[in-house]
This record gives sequence, structure tokens and C-alpha cells, in this order.
Amino acid sequence: MTVERRGWTMRALKLWLPLGVSLLFALFPFYWMAVTSLKSNQELYSRKVMPLVVHNPTLKHYVDLITETNFLEWTWNTFVVAVISTAISLLFGAMLAYPLARMRFAGATLVSFAIAATYLVPQPLLFVPLADLINRLGLGDTLTSVILTYPTLLIPFCAWLLLGYFRTVPVELEDAARIDGASRLQTLIKIVLPLCGPGFISAGIFAFTLAQNEFLYALIFLTTTEVRTVPVGAIAELVKGDVFYWGQLMAAALLGSIPVAIIYSFFVEHYVAGLTAGSVKG
Amino acid sequence: MTAAAAPALERRRPAFSLGRWLEREGVFSWLMVAPPVAFLVALVGYPFFYGIWISLQNRPVAQAGEFIGLDNFIHAWHDPIFRQVVLNTFVYTIAATLLKMVGGLGLALVMNQEFRFRNLTRALLLLPFIVPTVLSTIAWQWILDPAFSVINWLLVFTGIANPGPSWLGNPHLAMLSLIVVNTWRGLPFYAITLLAGLQTIPPELYEAATIDGASGWQRFRYVTLPLLKPVIFIVTMFSVIFTFADFQLIYVLTRGGPANATHVFATYAFDVAMGAGQFGQGAAIALSMVPPLALIILAMAIYMRPSKS
Repeated sequence: MTVERRGWTMRALKLWLPLGVSLLFALFPFYWMAVTSLKSNQELYSRKVMPLVVHNPTLKHYVDLITETNFLEWTWNTFVVAVISTAISLLFGAMLAYPLARMRFAGATLVSFAIAATYLVPQPLLFVPLADLINRLGLGDTLTSVILTYPTLLIPFCAWLLLGYFRTVPVELEDAARIDGASRLQTLIKIVLPLCGPGFISAGIFAFTLAQNEFLYALIFLTTTEVRTVPVGAIAELVKGDVFYWGQLMAAALLGSIPVAIIYSFFVEHYVAGLTAGSVKG
Repeated sequence: MTAAAAPALERRRPAFSLGRWLEREGVFSWLMVAPPVAFLVALVGYPFFYGIWISLQNRPVAQAGEFIGLDNFIHAWHDPIFRQVVLNTFVYTIAATLLKMVGGLGLALVMNQEFRFRNLTRALLLLPFIVPTVLSTIAWQWILDPAFSVINWLLVFTGIANPGPSWLGNPHLAMLSLIVVNTWRGLPFYAITLLAGLQTIPPELYEAATIDGASGWQRFRYVTLPLLKPVIFIVTMFSVIFTFADFQLIYVLTRGGPANATHVFATYAFDVAMGAGQFGQGAAIALSMVPPLALIILAMAIYMRPSKS
């Protein structure tokens, strides 16, 4: 800052150059999705045309995707599953977090240990027994199968995050409500929850993006086209044998990413708060 | 007992104390905690132990199992593909984690400067992390396509190579591609979390170090790094666990190929259980990732000891 000219070169070198390279690396695949999805097949599979830009843009792949495949149905399924499993996870997460944040009870340590352990169990460890369980329950090829299993991935995170938020509510507020005759449940619902809105938004956004992202359980449990989610539908039905429908695949990838990206862009700050809460506070 | 007074007292007390009983911390807590705990026990705890039980059986899909003890594990141990899988998983995890750690720390340090549009930049850099992995991996698959790879187009165009390599067809390049794509996806998580960690370091510490004559590198080495260690530890632990158990990225990009060169625990277990229908063997392969994973985490915990700082 003191030596202006040298400062500028240093700043370009220490800030703009690495930042530019990172942004290029991070965003190029999205650019590539968009460019590819707008090209005609003729242009897409020609080696003579410069591929980095679109010469004759067409929406054909989008039209085909929507009219010839069940993409809209998959999008709806993904949305329904993500919303319901997020709601379940927030409810159960709060039910776990509040007592752990505020009360003394026998087994509290065990419960918090179990939550941490659940968080760390990688999904591939459970898919064989869960596949068997889902079959025995007759839930194969139903959205219920994933609505039931996704919260197992989301609850520990939600509980962990909400725990931190519940702790920030001043105990005096709760004591005052209790003295005025409110029961514990009333105190929780009327005093604590309204103060923890940001926590619920953070946990909700995070859970929602994770639910949209899930693939393994959906791949195993959902094998018919009417119940598929976007990731599974794209992989299973836009690739036929060795034939990849690249234009449609890229259109699907872009359209499938947009809902998450939009919700994320509205709540970036909450999302980052959720992302960093676990590791930075600890 | 006098007949007149006692019933009245007794009747009042139970009604009164049920409400009170529910208000007791222990009772209220367990009423709250019990439903989610039951849910997790049913869908995580029970499947976990049931998975161990399946791994001890010869269990073709949709048939009754037959108890065979540790045969599935012994079979895996002698299976050359399984050995390849173990090696692949370690290479993939270690390389991707190191890249994410170093790159993420670097990017966090860059982002920790004051500049315009910082929040927008941060939001854009996080995009790879929030977009569904399968969808972004499909884009990468197209970027690395054998015939129409844009990277190869650039290589030919700039005259570096002609023709460009087959990124997903060559065993080493396929592994390299997976590591790069995993880094692409996971690096923002590292960077943003470490950035949040950096911002909790009080600036006075840097001022004090500067007054004591510390150079830029020394400030990084003796102020930044020790204070960031707990955050690095947690982020790395998460990253190691989820990279080690990664499924979707590999399943989409290579399906474990070419010739098993990129198969990892999760994809191989999936192939054996779902593809070949050998539930018992598949469960055994999946469970085999627990001991090495536990060892890595233990080693990291000992080496990094977050409690120190």
C-alpha cells in the first residue's frame, strides 16, 4: 500500500492471478455444460469447428429432454424427496439438539456420541443391508425408500448445527418464560425456536443441497423411470449402452443444477455459516 | 387412614405430578430424543450390524443366506482385484486430500485479502461443491471424452500433442483424472472453511510478530499454521472419510475401469453386490474399508492433535 506501483504488481501477482486461475478452473465445467447443451449435434460432433463457443445455438436438446424423456418428472421427484427429507431432518435434528444443548439427562453423552458416529458412517457401508431392508419392507421403487433413508445422512448435521444455535439463546429468556408458567415445550416453541431462525435456514439449505446430491441410494432403490431422481435418471436413461446423448446430458446437468444454485445464491451467507460452523467453532 | 381426606389428596397428587413428571429434565429430554434416536437406530444402527451379519453369509441376491464365517473376507484377501482396489483407494484418497489441503489453504490465503466482489467470488468458487456431483461429473466426462475432449482440442490447437491422450482410457491418466475432478469438487469446501478459520485469527498477533521482526513466511509458519491446525484437522478428517468412501464420482466417470485401474471400495462393493448379486461378498468388501479408515483417522488424530492448540 505504501509503494503504489510495486504494490499494484504484487497485488496482481498475489491476488488477481491466483484468483483468476481458480475461478477459471471452478467455473469452466459449467460454461462447458451451457455451451454443449446449445450446440446442434452436427456442431457437437465435428472436429473442424472451434469448440469453445457456440456457432449456431439451438434449444433442440432442451426440447428433446423435456418432450422425449421424463426429465420433468425426475425434477419433481428430486424436489419432493429433498423437501420432505429436509423437513424430517430439521424436526428430528431439533428434537435431538435442544435437550443436548439445555438439559442434563442420563445418556446425554451416549446420544451425542451416537450422533457423531452416525455422521461419520460412510454411505457405502450401509447400502447392502439397506437394499435388503427396503426390499423386505416392499418399498423398492417408491419415493418413500429414499425419503426414509436420506434423513439418516442429514439428521446428524442438522442436530450438530442447531445445537450451536440453541446454545446462543440466553438461558434467562427461558427461565423467565418458565416462571410465567410456560411448560418446557411451550418455552421451546414460543421462545427458543423463533430466535433460531437463521440456524434452521442454514441447516435446511445444507440438508436440501445434500439431498439433491444423493446418488447411491437412489441408484439402488429407484429402478423405474417414474420414481427416479435427476442424477439417476440422467445416468440411467440418457446413456443408452455406449451411446451418450451429450447434448441432452449437458442440458439435464445444467437444468438439474439450477434449482440448487438459485436457492444457494439467495442464502449464500447462511450456507457458508452452516458449512463452517462445525469445524471453526469446535 | 382417614377415609375422608386421603382419597382427595391422592386424586389430586397423581394428576398434578403427571404434568410435573413430564416437566422433569430427564423425562422431557428423553421424550424429545427418543423418536429421532429410534429412527437412527432403525435405519443406521440396525443396518450396520445387519451388514456385518450379511458379510458372514454366502448370500446370493433374493435367496436365503448360508453362514460361512469369515470366508468372504478370506476370499477378498486372495482376490487380486480387491488388492488393486485397496491400492487405488489409498492413492485416490491421499493424492486428492493433499491437493485439496494445499490448494484450499492457498486459496484461503488469497481470499483473506481485501478486495472488491469478495462475497461474489466466494459464492462462485463454492459452486462446484454445491452442484449435484453426478451432474458436474457428467460434464467432466464430456470434457475428458476420448474423441471430443476440449482439453485435447486445446493440446492439438496449441501444438503440444497430436493426438491428445485418452484421459479415461489409460489407467494412470484415468486415476489422475479422478483425482483432479475430486479436487475440483472438494477444494472450495477446504478453502471456504479455512478462510473462516483465518478470519478468527486476531490481527494483533500478526502485528506483534511483525514488530518482533518475523518475515511473511515466519508469520505464516508460526502464527497462521498453529492457529489453523484444529480447523485443518477437522476439514481433513471429513475429507478423508468421504474421499475414501467415494462412490458417485468414480461410478460416473470410469465405473472402476479401465481394467479395474480405478475401482475403489465403494464401486467394487457395488459391482459385486448389485452387479453380480453377491450380497455377502459385497457387504464384506464394503466393511473392509472400516479398519484402514479407522487407522488413517487414528494416525491423523495422533499426528495433528487438535487439543494442543
